Formats: sequence, C-alpha cells, structure tokens
Amino acid sequence: MTPVLTDTYPIIRLDDVTKIYPMPAGDVRALDTLSLEVMPGEFIAIMGPSGSGKSTLLNLIGCLDVPTTGDVHIAGLSVKTLSDDELASLRRDNIGFVFQQFNLIPLFTILENVEFPLILARRAPGTRERCFEVLGAVGLTPDLYTHRPAELSGGQQQRAAIARALVNDPEILLCDEPTGNLDSKTGDTIMALLVDLNRKGKTILVVTHDPRIAGYAGRTIRMVDGRVA
Amino acid sequence: MILFDFAKRNIRLHWLRSLLAVVGIIIGVTAISSMGMLGNSLVLSISDSLTSVGDTIVVTPHISAAPGTIAGGGSSLKITERQVEEIRRAAGANTVVPIHMGAERITVGNEAKTAALYAMDPADVPLLLEKESGIYLRYGTGAMVGKKLAEENDLKVGESMGIGSGEERVRIVGVLKERGIGFDLNPDYAIIVPDTWFTARYGERDYDQVIIKVRKLEDIDGVKAAVEDKLNRREQVVNVLDTRKVLKTIVDAFNQISTFTTAIGGISLVVAGISILNVMLMSVTERTKEIGIIRSLGAKRGEVMRIFLSEALILGLLGSAIGGVLSLAGGYLALNVMLQSSKYLFAASTLVYILYGVAFGIGVSLLSGIYPAWKAAMMNPIEALRFE
Repeated sequence: MTPVLTDTYPIIRLDDVTKIYPMPAGDVRALDTLSLEVMPGEFIAIMGPSGSGKSTLLNLIGCLDVPTTGDVHIAGLSVKTLSDDELASLRRDNIGFVFQQFNLIPLFTILENVEFPLILARRAPGTRERCFEVLGAVGLTPDLYTHRPAELSGGQQQRAAIARALVNDPEILLCDEPTGNLDSKTGDTIMALLVDLNRKGKTILVVTHDPRIAGYAGRTIRMVDGRVA
Repeated sequence: MILFDFAKRNIRLHWLRSLLAVVGIIIGVTAISSMGMLGNSLVLSISDSLTSVGDTIVVTPHISAAPGTIAGGGSSLKITERQVEEIRRAAGANTVVPIHMGAERITVGNEAKTAALYAMDPADVPLLLEKESGIYLRYGTGAMVGKKLAEENDLKVGESMGIGSGEERVRIVGVLKERGIGFDLNPDYAIIVPDTWFTARYGERDYDQVIIKVRKLEDIDGVKAAVEDKLNRREQVVNVLDTRKVLKTIVDAFNQISTFTTAIGGISLVVAGISILNVMLMSVTERTKEIGIIRSLGAKRGEVMRIFLSEALILGLLGSAIGGVLSLAGGYLALNVMLQSSKYLFAASTLVYILYGVAFGIGVSLLSGIYPAWKAAMMNPIEALRFE
C-alpha cells in the first residue's frame, strides 16, 4: 500500500458511506449515504447538533472504524481493503488525532508521550531530536518535557497532544472539539497553532460546536441526521 | 522497548497489587520446587540406604495363610537341607548361601540387649558381607558384629559378649561395614556366627533363608525360574525374591510420592496464576482508555498484546526468580524436617527442580496473561476511547 499524495487528488474521499450501529433498541444509522471529498491542505470545520454523526465521520476518516456500506479512501487507499494492522499503520503514519480530553498517557512524561508514536513507527535514530522539534514547534518549553501531563495546564496539555499528533509527520490532522476543555483565550492560541500548521500544508478537520472556531476554517460542513446538510 | 517500559511503569504504579501477585508466584514456585526437591531427596536417600545389590535372589519359605497358622513372626517353616541341595542344582555355578536366622539376647557388661542372629558357613561370609575391622569368621566359635550394634554398645574386636540366657561367652573377631537396609540381610544390628556353632547350640539344621548371588546379571531371571521350577512345581513351598525388582518397586513408589507432593506444590502455583489473571484483568479494565489512545496512535493489536504480556512476564520473572532462591531455603528446611539431613540438597537431580519450578512459574504467569492481553488487543478503539 502506497498512499497517493498529489495536490489535485482528494486526500480524503467518502463514497456513499453508511454507518449503522446495531443497538438493543434498534439500529442507529449514524451516517447515511454520505459522500465527501477533501483536498490536500484544506481546513474544514464539521458542525452539527449532537447525534448528527460528526464523531462517526471523524472516526471513519481516522480509520478507527470502517463503514457498513460504501468506502473511505485515505490518500488513495481504500479502507475497505485494509486489514486491522494496515489500518493501524495508516493511522500511525498518515493521521494525527487531537482530542477534547487531550488523551495524553498519564504514566508517561510529556516527552515520552510525544515519543510513543515514533517508537510505534520504529524510527529509533534521532527520536529525541524529532520530539524536541515538534514540542518546540507547538510552543512548549523544555522545562516541561519531563513533567507528567497532570502537572501541566489544559492549554499546555493540548499543545503536547498536538505535538504527539505531529511527530510522525502525518498529512491529516483530525481534531475533535480541540478547544472544548479550554478557556476561550487558550482556545484561540490553540486554533492559531492549527491555522499555522494548515499554512504549512497539513490537511485539518475540526469537529466543533463553536461557530467562532468554525470561523478559522476554510470550509464548513454542516451535518444533520448523518448527512451533509 | 517502550512497550516493556510501559508495562514496568504500570506495575510500579500499582505496586501493592503487583506485589501480592508476585508473592503468589513466589509461594507457588517455592512450593513446587521444594516439594520436588524433597521428593527427589527422598528417592535418593531410599536408594542409598537400600543395599542396591541387584544381583541377589532371596529364597524364603512360603508361608501360606492357612487357618490356624500364624503367618510371619517366629514361623516354624524352614527350608530343608534337601531343598537347599535342589536350589544349588538349580543355581548351577552361582553362589548359594543358606542362612539360619534368629534373634538372641546378648549381654555386654551388665547390659542385656536383643540382636538379630545370622548363622552361615564362615566361608560364605566374605561373599555376602564386608568387614571393617578384625578378621572374617572362622570355623568353631567367634562372632562378627554389625557396625551399628558395635558402635552403640561400644563393642570392639577382641572383646567378648554373652549370648543367650546362659550368657555363653563369644569372642568378637570382626566388625562389619555398615550396609543399610537390605532385602536379604540386615547386618548392621546383627551378630554373625558360624552355622556349626548355631546347629550345636540350638539343634536346628534347617534354614530360614537361602541367598543366591548370580555371577552375571542376565542370569538372574533364568536362575529364578529354575528355582521356582524345581521347588514350586506342585505347590508353592518357597518365595523367590529378585532384589532388583523389589528395589525398582520401592523406588517407583517413592517417585510416585514425589510426584504427588510436587503436584500439591503445583496447586499453589495455579492459585498464583489465577491471582495474576485477576490483577491483569483489573489492569486491562482500568486502562481501557489508555488502550484506546495507543490504538488511535497506530498501535497494532499485537503491540497492545505485547504490552500486557510483558506485564505478566515481569511479574512472573520477578516471582519465579525470588521463588527459585527461596526454594533453596525451602528445600533445605523440608529436607531437615523430613530426612534430618540436607546432604541430598545439592545433588544435580535435586537442584534441577528449582529450574522446573522457575520455568513453571514463568509459564503459568504468561499463560495467565494471555487472556487479559487478548482482551486488551481485541478492544474496539472507539469504545475504549470513550471509556472514562
């Protein structure tokens, strides 16, 4: 599997994607024949009420889940044809996640958290230098690197999470309410950081409730009942 | 290596819980190893104390449990001189030693004691028994005494002791080497006298036991069959005992005991395995969110599995290593309590049980880690991420 990366070819493409979750009370149709194309370098905000399928969409693009019908293409690769291990490799090398809860591993120091995806990718030589590079790029000072996540402020933790998402140099950054746990001032600095990364070529998708956050994006996708409104 | 680090950190974070699991493994490994060591030493000590002569056939009168007769002690059944002649013919060129047996009161100084009494042709004594000091028995009078009897009563070559109620004085001509428990003779607490002296004194011509020493071990079955054929054709008049077989039966029995005690140790190891399983399952549940995170970062199922197996392995290695060291002490203790001696502790066949114990400990730990690790690996990353 070799990802196809050109500026004229969509880096993310969804073809008639339906995702059904079987529930005891009946099947839930989280996504309904949704089609979408995202070009490299786009900055997209995904908005919509709760239960509209925003998170499901993000999970499918992030290869954490596969569609019930239809297909998702990431960098030209059809998710349908990939094994679980291949999906894991795709996540590791092509996709960075940024969560509302930061989701840093509490047992690890900031540096070790950032190092973890690199080690999964087995890029042993120069790992530390690469970590310092991305940690510097998100604006964290070296005195924080040996601290545990709980010892950092929310904004600092989210910066560390972004550094972790960037460390394997993925093309796509998927952010699920990245400012949801931050005050608006800190939220703005995080968004400024994402805008900066987008300028440097990253394709960014942000799920948000906040129209102000959506204002940073180049394109906004509104979702209702599993479809693009 | 970070996967291993990950596991290590988690163990350190939940040190008490991990410690208890390790203690379980320590106890399990110590139990299984020291029980195995005890069993093996038991077998060694039994084989050692039994005179392991495999070249002996013992012929004794057959005691039928007919009504009115008392089987066993003081039986009046004997092997007649005629039967001895038949045995000699059956045995061919092999040595045949007929023996009178009894027990008699002996007096040393003012003390009276009871000792086993064996009477045989003095010429046959060197064929069966080894002397430690003095000389072998000669025709006429005189006696040799067993090592233990001599030691405990301070009997020395050249001294004399009284035999029987008449306290007939008999000179001690030699002391025998210690021999241990045998199937033919138990000379350590016995006195050996010439058969002529015995017959003259007790008026008994018939024998209690005939020992056949075969020259070549391969002959043992043939000689045994020939004796049976000559004497037991119509009805069983003698028992023919092949020491090699008896020895094997006894050692087999002790091996079984040893296996049994080791199995009891094994139960405690199984319990330890269950405690590791429990700790690991708790750990997997608690770290569900973490599993979701590392899966989202691109960790494969196999890598998640490795993290948890490493954790089980660390617990197992730690517990087994400590258990291995402790089982030396445990084995020492068990041997001193059960055998009053630890001389078999450092025999290779005993020490190998430590390796078995350690290997079992690590194996059980890994085995207990498999299910929790599998459970962690098979988690749905989205659901795991949602877990609080």
